[in-house]
Amino acid sequence: MKSITVISGKGGTGKTILTASFAALAESKVMADCDVDAADLHLILKPEILKEEVFLGGQAAKIDKSKCIECDRCLDECRFDAISENFVVDPIDCEGCALCYHVCPVEAIEMIHSKQGRCYISKTRHGHMVHAKLGIAEENSGKLVALVRKHAREIAERENIEYVIVDGPPGIGCPVISAITGASLVLAVTEPTVSGLHDLKRVVGLANHFGIKALVCVNKHDLNPAYTRQIELHCQEVDAEFVGKISFDTVITKAMLNAQSVVEYQPDSSVSEQIKSIWQRVDEVARTLP
Amino acid sequence: MIISIASGKGGTGKTTLATNLALSIGKCQLLDCDVEEPNSHIFIKPRLIRSRSVSLPVPKVDDKKCTYCGKCSEVCQFSALAVIRKNVLVFQELCHGCGACSILCPVDAIWEVEREIGVMEIGQAGDVHFIHGLMRISEAMSPPLIKAVKNEAEKDMVTIIDAPPGTSCPVIEAVKDSDFCVLVTEPTPFGLNDLVLAVEMLRILEIPFAVVLNRSDVGDDKVDEYCEKEDIPILMKIPMDRELAEAYSEGIPFVEAKPEWKEKFADLYNNIIRMV
Repeated sequence: MKSITVISGKGGTGKTILTASFAALAESKVMADCDVDAADLHLILKPEILKEEVFLGGQAAKIDKSKCIECDRCLDECRFDAISENFVVDPIDCEGCALCYHVCPVEAIEMIHSKQGRCYISKTRHGHMVHAKLGIAEENSGKLVALVRKHAREIAERENIEYVIVDGPPGIGCPVISAITGASLVLAVTEPTVSGLHDLKRVVGLANHFGIKALVCVNKHDLNPAYTRQIELHCQEVDAEFVGKISFDTVITKAMLNAQSVVEYQPDSSVSEQIKSIWQRVDEVARTLP
Repeated sequence: MIISIASGKGGTGKTTLATNLALSIGKCQLLDCDVEEPNSHIFIKPRLIRSRSVSLPVPKVDDKKCTYCGKCSEVCQFSALAVIRKNVLVFQELCHGCGACSILCPVDAIWEVEREIGVMEIGQAGDVHFIHGLMRISEAMSPPLIKAVKNEAEKDMVTIIDAPPGTSCPVIEAVKDSDFCVLVTEPTPFGLNDLVLAVEMLRILEIPFAVVLNRSDVGDDKVDEYCEKEDIPILMKIPMDRELAEAYSEGIPFVEAKPEWKEKFADLYNNIIRMV
């Protein structure tokens, strides 16, 4: 079993569009949507939920006013300014470190797992999919990402499936690190803009830091051919293989509006051909990896 | 007056809106709080005034005092410490800097040292005072750096915040305490799905908000319908324009490529002021 994570650094470069096409192209795969705080893959793959699991992520402190003696210990120690002058904890500011719970001399503080998310195991027209929904305004998305990955991996191992294909989150922080953990390779999708190149450098740097092989492709390549060229040159410098480019084409939005991947919506379009060629190369490279 | 620019979905135009707004309203400050992938500086091109390192406290264990009782790893909610026989392992990237291990150590064997998580750069470009954070690659947690950027801001100045994408902790850190939040989206199924999540987030945070629709002519009417149903004002629609997309790709701000838009951004600002 091999795991491929699609990432981008910059948001909105086309991770989910590409991942959805890979779902249609790969023969043996489990899909995992690890962009748990703004998940979109389900809009294309239309999963039918088979199993649902409640995810208890973080926790927040709660002060029992009937026990509190207003000694200020919790207020003094809290580094997140989460406790108000009248001893009420703001669950959004609370980091869940439980220091207040430990220092309270009268046991007036309780730690409550109020923060929830959900993880789903589903079936789609392209096989199994694992996805999740982080509770609104909540934290610990890295842990929820790890849970999604774990379930996807278990299904792949149990059913002898070749690939886990992961739709990653934007950025380079905790959910991204969690989404690329254990990946055989990452595919970074970027766009030919100053911002796209700036962000690509950081996300490829992240993959390198963790010793994960990075492949790169450019979406909307014809928007700025000079920048596309610069991205290709950067890939040579950092030893990340450039695996293809996708044209700036309205067919991508039309497919999305139709709840289909591009390769299903217009299999003979040039964009579909470009995506197929990218998948082919990703598949070839993945096969050479341990 | 603090106006934050957010969106559930990435790449909808947060930075475009934040930078052009800042360039259209005279004296103001722009805080780029997307510290994982900051891009505002590409368009603002600020002259760097100073930079400084931002750090978090992490535990350091005194082997002479430590009795390996395991209390520190027991109280740490983030699994940043593990006691294995006569060894205390510290996983710095997991540490939230809460201080529980050092404060609760029964023999005072833990003190804290500063560990750099990123840098902050402060600059100026014309009327725009500029601050952004740049998180160190391989760091997991951006909220402390976002907080540091916000703490560095000038008080009593009109402030525009460019927030990271998503709806979880980094976004919340960036938008909280804002007087108003503008959600930028596009009229596609992804744009709508993520807008709904961002709206739910802002309602929990009790921040007043409105929507700006970018590439407003590329998709369908579902975002319009949703906003009408939910009584959310759409303050501006920016049509898809190849020329603007090309200017963006070169790092040229919208209002420079098409100066007639400057007035529209100034109007947008005045509309926001009226709503607050």
